[in-house]
Amino acid sequence: MRKLALSDKILLQVEKPTRYLGNEINAVYKDPDRYPVRFAMAFPDVYEIGMSYLGIQIIYDMLNRREDVCCERVYSPWMDLDRIMHKENIPLFTLESQRPVRECDFLGITLQYEMCYTNVLQLLDLSGIPMLAADRKDGDPIVIGGGPCVYNPEPLADFFDIFYIGEGETVYDKLMDAYKAHKAAGGSREAFLLKAAQIPGLYVPAFYDVTYHEDGTIASFKPNRPDVPERIEKQVVQDLATVSYPEKPLVPFIKVTQDRVVLEIQRGCIRGCRFCQAGMVYRPNRERDLDYLKAHAMAGLNATGHDEISLSSLSSSDYSRLEELTEFLLETCQARQVNISLPSLRIDAFSLDVMSKVQDVRKSSLTFAPEAGTQRMRNVINKGLTEEDILGGAAQAFAGGWNRVKLYFMLGLPTETEEDVKGIAHLADQIARVFYSIPKSERPGNGRVDIVASTSFFVPKPFTPFQWTRQCTSEEFTARQKVLSREMKDMINHKSLRYNWHEFDLTRLEGIFARGDRRLGPVLLEAYRLGCIYDAWSEYFRYDLWLQAFENCGVDGDFFVHRERDLDEILPWDFIDAGVTKDFLKREYARAKEGLVTPNCRQGCSGCGCRKYDGGVCYEA
Amino acid sequence: MKLRIRFGKHGVVKFIGHLDMMRYFQKAFRRAGFDMAYSKGFHPHQLITFASPLGVGLESSGEYMDIEVVSAGDLDEMKAALAAQMAEGVEILSIHALDENAGNAMSLVAGADYKIAFREDMMPMPVSDLKAAMADFMARPEIQVLKKTKKSERIVDIRPLIYDLSVTDQGEILMQVSAGSAANLKPELVLETFCRLNDLPADPYAWLISRLDMYTDLGKDGERRLVSLEKC
Repeated sequence: MRKLALSDKILLQVEKPTRYLGNEINAVYKDPDRYPVRFAMAFPDVYEIGMSYLGIQIIYDMLNRREDVCCERVYSPWMDLDRIMHKENIPLFTLESQRPVRECDFLGITLQYEMCYTNVLQLLDLSGIPMLAADRKDGDPIVIGGGPCVYNPEPLADFFDIFYIGEGETVYDKLMDAYKAHKAAGGSREAFLLKAAQIPGLYVPAFYDVTYHEDGTIASFKPNRPDVPERIEKQVVQDLATVSYPEKPLVPFIKVTQDRVVLEIQRGCIRGCRFCQAGMVYRPNRERDLDYLKAHAMAGLNATGHDEISLSSLSSSDYSRLEELTEFLLETCQARQVNISLPSLRIDAFSLDVMSKVQDVRKSSLTFAPEAGTQRMRNVINKGLTEEDILGGAAQAFAGGWNRVKLYFMLGLPTETEEDVKGIAHLADQIARVFYSIPKSERPGNGRVDIVASTSFFVPKPFTPFQWTRQCTSEEFTARQKVLSREMKDMINHKSLRYNWHEFDLTRLEGIFARGDRRLGPVLLEAYRLGCIYDAWSEYFRYDLWLQAFENCGVDGDFFVHRERDLDEILPWDFIDAGVTKDFLKREYARAKEGLVTPNCRQGCSGCGCRKYDGGVCYEA
Repeated sequence: MKLRIRFGKHGVVKFIGHLDMMRYFQKAFRRAGFDMAYSKGFHPHQLITFASPLGVGLESSGEYMDIEVVSAGDLDEMKAALAAQMAEGVEILSIHALDENAGNAMSLVAGADYKIAFREDMMPMPVSDLKAAMADFMARPEIQVLKKTKKSERIVDIRPLIYDLSVTDQGEILMQVSAGSAANLKPELVLETFCRLNDLPADPYAWLISRLDMYTDLGKDGERRLVSLEKC
């Protein structure tokens, strides 16, 4: 019987003790003492969120295929256990062996969103690993970060030994080999980090120095030793068929957010929406082979027993063999009582037909993400969805029996006017009009339409054409949200419309950390010391403590978030080569301001710079 | 075709709640390739009935569920296929076929056996004293407890629901109590009441409770004849 790190006494008093047991189907149990390299893979949020993330499963599977690496998982203890672990001095442990994280050679932390950064500190703190990389000694684990947030890792530079920039399948093997050789030969932590820094895609922040101008902008960003690269190249898998994909995904006992087989059908996106970081940094778009997907769908269902399978990609409709894939899934899944979930589909005749086969039309809703309310604004952000697409799609959907619509928008986009804000209400009303133009006797459902419009607030992200733009203040966001709320109420069909909006203060912090630099390290540490944690959870988010942390550190958050940057300014993330060139981003920013649409990658190449990766959509016949 | 499965739950899986165990088995049946029967409707579900939920923290060697399959192969092979899909701590003990018109496990349950061990250093008294105190407890003509429900409070005599109670030489308590929809008596309530009547502090943490088996009542004319769910 496995021995648990936590006593029965503790497990019986915390909420959902299953979070801390491990023991899931398809988890890999290796005796840590028999492996030269031990890797703890952490997701800095609660188990149910972390277990839903495909990326960790890919790395977990890949590392455990090696005969010399033992990879185990770690998630953030929920607040009830956090308190107990602090009080009783219980070190954070890995789920599989239930042994302290601190014994591992590596602690890998995936960084999926900025508002998990205090939880990163919690993981280090509970593990008993010095929070500052500079304080770590030879016996401490190497702390390595990966995931989308590393496209600007600078706010976390103080806390990580290495950042892995790009897709995990490419250089982890090299890093493991280098570590094994280092461990066998003996040598200092610094000597190993130097070897790591020479592997493409790996950034060791301690080997780089930053200086600042008097106005606070960056004066220089340079290696502080001759033997590390000036620029870090993002790592890209050229051919997705050549890398491993988990055939036996983990099956948790408790219900997690993504409680299904996840089939990643492609990486990257051909669309080039100007606000979307994923659409830029995961270029070039690369599709997985149809037969490969069929085989993995079956293997995943057989190995997990899940009753649902979901396609995963940034824009499923752009997968060129989607019809064949969904046909296959419909055939095989319905015979085995397996549901199919098809997120991020464009609404058209094909997708409506598929959706009507896989879901209960009466209970499900139709989702559009126009992102902006007017055509002018949609052209600025290069969202190629027109009003005709939306209204036409809605009309077809109503004819097909749907009567619920969800609409997603952003407020605070660059160049946004009051007309654009009000346009959101007008578009929602237009959709309602399409519904009520159907003769009463032919309307689906109860004869009424239910339209829910949600707005998030726009946060400019690195490596997008909007990386230079200023983010609206909380006051500006409030004003725009109020204009929209009022306009919604003035619509003819206002009884059929509902409007939801996001948290302003959280958005401001997200903006600060998205484009901040190393000077935010002390602020983050101070916020954690003051008690900030689980910031993405509204019940724990303490904006007052965050403001206190900025004040205590004498750091002006506005500088990072509400300032339009000069096009020639050195940006904190400029040392990363993410594929898309700065010239391309500048061109796109200029076109955005003129409201010019840029064609997608299949319509024509716009020379973003990612052709150099020798794969994907850039080389399609 | 209906099948009854007996399984055990020990070790770390004792922290997994009833609903999660149901989900766990649904997935296990798919992995094992069972040809499960499904309910009709837009969201079909497997036809599975658990005899009785087991509380979080309790272990068991006598859990039961009835399943309905469209077709079944050799039962020993099915048992092996299912056993191969278990997480550590969940053990498939037997599978047997039921009559088409057999009642389901949940409706049949009438009694259950429990074993309670005390955690180290948490025995309330020496074994010989415990034996004597339990004998006194059982000798009472009635044992009244206050049962609180959401709507009302009432006094219930639990003595008739305790069929048997003894203490082993190792100091473990064995009890057979009424279970099921008619009158379900939890072992924790028996222990709490015993502690209260003996002026002992009741600390549920001290008790390591396992369910040993569950029974149906095949007796006639008010006479009780408990038969294991594995044998009917």
